[in-house]
Amino acid sequence: MKFAVVVFPGSNCDHDAYHAAKDVLGQDAEFVWHKDAELRGADVVILPGGFSHGDYLRTGAIARFSPVMNAVRAFAAAGGPVLGICNGFQILLEAGMLPGAMLRNRELKFRCEHVHIRVEQIDTPFTFACRPQQVLRIPIAHGEGNYFITPDDLHRLETNRQVIFRYTDAAGSPADEANPNGSLGSIAGICNEGRNVLGLMPHPERACEAVLGSTDGLVIFESVVAALAAGALSPAGSAQG
Amino acid sequence: MSPASLHDQATLERHGLTPEEYARIVTSLGREPNLTELGIFSVMWSEHCSYKSSRVHLRTLPTSGRRVLQGPGENAGAVDVGEGLAAVFKIESHNHPSFIEPYQGAATGVGGIIRDIFTMGARPIALMNSLRFGSIDDPRVRRNMEGVVSGIAGYGNSMGIPTVGGEVAFEGCYTGNPLVNVFCLGIAKIDDIVKGVASGTGNPVYYVGAATGRDGIHGATMASAEFDGRSAEKRPAVQVGDPFMEKLLLEACLEVMKSDALIGIQDMGAAGLTCSTSEMGSRGGAGIDVDVSRVPQRETGMTPYEIMLSESQERMLLVVKRGREHEVEEIFRKWDLHAAHVGDVTDDGKLRIRNRGEIVAEIPNGALTDEAPVYERPTREPEYLKDVQTLSLTGRPALVEADAFFALLKAPVIASKRWVFRQYDHMVRTNTLVLPGMGAGVVRIKGTNRALAMSVDGNGRYSYLDPYRGAMLAVAEAARNVACAGAEPIGGTNCLNFGNPERPEIMWQFARAVQGIRDACLGLDIPITGGNVSLYNETDGRAIYPTPVIGVVGLIENAGNVLSRAFRAAGEAIVLLGETRNELGGSEYLKVAEGIERGTPPELDLKAERALQQLLVGSARERAIHSAHDCAEGGLAITLAECAFGTGGIGFDVDIAPVSGAPEGWSLAAALYSESASRAVVTVSRDGLSALLARARAAGVPAREIGTTGGGRLRVTVGGRPVIDAAVNEAEAMWETALEKYFKQRAA
Repeated sequence: MKFAVVVFPGSNCDHDAYHAAKDVLGQDAEFVWHKDAELRGADVVILPGGFSHGDYLRTGAIARFSPVMNAVRAFAAAGGPVLGICNGFQILLEAGMLPGAMLRNRELKFRCEHVHIRVEQIDTPFTFACRPQQVLRIPIAHGEGNYFITPDDLHRLETNRQVIFRYTDAAGSPADEANPNGSLGSIAGICNEGRNVLGLMPHPERACEAVLGSTDGLVIFESVVAALAAGALSPAGSAQG
Repeated sequence: MSPASLHDQATLERHGLTPEEYARIVTSLGREPNLTELGIFSVMWSEHCSYKSSRVHLRTLPTSGRRVLQGPGENAGAVDVGEGLAAVFKIESHNHPSFIEPYQGAATGVGGIIRDIFTMGARPIALMNSLRFGSIDDPRVRRNMEGVVSGIAGYGNSMGIPTVGGEVAFEGCYTGNPLVNVFCLGIAKIDDIVKGVASGTGNPVYYVGAATGRDGIHGATMASAEFDGRSAEKRPAVQVGDPFMEKLLLEACLEVMKSDALIGIQDMGAAGLTCSTSEMGSRGGAGIDVDVSRVPQRETGMTPYEIMLSESQERMLLVVKRGREHEVEEIFRKWDLHAAHVGDVTDDGKLRIRNRGEIVAEIPNGALTDEAPVYERPTREPEYLKDVQTLSLTGRPALVEADAFFALLKAPVIASKRWVFRQYDHMVRTNTLVLPGMGAGVVRIKGTNRALAMSVDGNGRYSYLDPYRGAMLAVAEAARNVACAGAEPIGGTNCLNFGNPERPEIMWQFARAVQGIRDACLGLDIPITGGNVSLYNETDGRAIYPTPVIGVVGLIENAGNVLSRAFRAAGEAIVLLGETRNELGGSEYLKVAEGIERGTPPELDLKAERALQQLLVGSARERAIHSAHDCAEGGLAITLAECAFGTGGIGFDVDIAPVSGAPEGWSLAAALYSESASRAVVTVSRDGLSALLARARAAGVPAREIGTTGGGRLRVTVGGRPVIDAAVNEAEAMWETALEKYFKQRAA
């Protein structure tokens, strides 16, 4: 299975996603430069965290114009699994591949720490191997992770079961104190209507090894490997013919 | 008086040059300098660039050792960490700019130290910082601190380099002169280390990065003068950082370095283009001929003087092998950076500056660097010392009950720094093995089994009370912190923050502190591989406490053996290594509970310290201990509490012995809060206890079992008498939120 990790100027979690896929999971992984027009036969695409284009203008606002994003759009349209982590999530929002927008954290400060998130739905390629309502301990590291969406769109998101992760306490209860950034509905991650494009603010790639304090992020990568192996979704390559 | 006829006295003063220094310039050149040349001399001969007051003292520091690959004199030091790899590291100050414009001052400090590291061919993998502010009760201080912390976060986080730890202290003397010392460490293949050298006549000189503006002109000169009521007017001398540009530069430069088309590279930090050209030329014994009209500029009408002195950030100077220009330009193009060919290497050893071909300055490189003035400034023992060193605690009993303990837990110096380090991305790159606040910062080196531990430490109050011993204790504490993580200390870097060196009392403090660093480094076998001196930290004639800050790097050969301060399990034996003496002088307890800042700092026996550190490293290597934490501010009582925090509520039940020799009514306070050096609290399984005690005995380290982990409470008795008894989670909440309450208060 081959992971493509897209590198934008200013990406800085690209090596971490690559390390998790290649060294921890033992899968194939390749960096794809943002100016490239092709994904070179990838089975999974990761848009990693960081500060693409310095977060200038708005987070993710410039990265969405990179040539590679056309390929990512086509890959997703064909059903290929796309994971946006942190800045990658922000890019997916700006690119219109996921609904909603990000505001600055409610305390107006960057925040880096381990948080708990609850898996709301397991019928996506990235939560395929999770237990329903499983609570994961995974770090966040962002200044703009305060998810916002209009009431109508939120209603649609909830009705379609597109909220995939919520911030909770260790016991899985979405208390306001457990919400690190003020996100609407304690939303930490969502998917598209096709369920193959997923964005989340926490960093699962930072929680894949016991020496780093948590292995709870591993299940997200293992899920997509298992989902693809089980044929639970049609890989982009075959869909394209 | 003045030998100057081209420039009046006011011009010389504005350039921070004395009449004697001007005469020296005239001698070097054989003529009077024009204004551009005067500007160039003024920044290169400023205290900040020339180290003219400190150099004679710094020469005495031990700088070599079996692991040292690069000592002082390059952009950063380097030590061999095995498997063909080098750790490249340095600490630097950005004190003056961080007072004038806290966010940008601190941010550009981080940017500067990162450039120093990747300039050496190393990928930066960890940042730390040592911050000192005035009293946190002062709203102006809090505003300054918020700006500094956000600035560090804004830059470091964007760069994707984790900030893995550091220290934050508060003391009235830093109100007008906060200290912002930033440390960066990178990893390079030993064979790939690059130097800041220009050589090979005819090789092209390239300028890469941000365009040059008028920001930061005379920044180095600003950092070489005291503040007064008009310092806010100096704001234009603070630069603005662009971490995105730096991230592109970092990636592009590391890619260029892999190509072997590069001769040398240097960042443009203090004194900008002037410093990079003259230093690179001087190191390579070559000259550099640069035309400023080819330098990318973001403002119109800039003069050669302004271009040469600008301290615009995120700029690099490269010397490339002739014939390989295309390869290098191509790499920069990939990263959307423009590499401008601004000049060439010559063989005449001169810095020649042209503007559209016409020569506007011509100075021998040596005159700017090696021949810069060196002063042996007079020293005089300050009169305040004898008074502040006397401490009389007789006649009234100490406050030893639980109140003092809780007051200390909430004291800003001791309270959790979560509010600070939560703003830093401390996990990016997925190497961080010990999170901030849990001990020394520890990062693994991917592709090996190894890890590096690092700690930055200083204690201004100790150094104020005794600069020599304060400096020694700073070295010992940084090394001890690293040893507590299980790492063998292998190299150090120093940041020396002092007042105006033209005052003999300040120079005395400086000289004594350097002696202290030298003696401690010799005794603990820690070579100093570089660092930075920040003088003139004074406002309206009042100097900061003399504040030497030491960064120590340690090596762990098996990353699986890393220790943190946190107790690992309940039911383990707690052992105190080292001896508690009656040493409350300069302690946090005296300040917080009694309002006293007097006495002499704790004694330091370097042999005992070395033995303790070797015992810690050896025991960690053999997994004979499960956690380790050094005793510092707040003494044994606070150390024990910190070991229980972050464990999910594992408590302890401990009995410690009263301290002999304390004045009547003070033996309990001394037992709990004395800051005696060369101590650590470790835990060991019940089965391993006797072996550990035997090992300590053989090493000559006093060791005593003082209690057991577990029980969910912090329980301390002294000689059987109950003193502290509190639930871990309540005490922990108090400690963890004390600092952020100061900031929430303001918001409410």
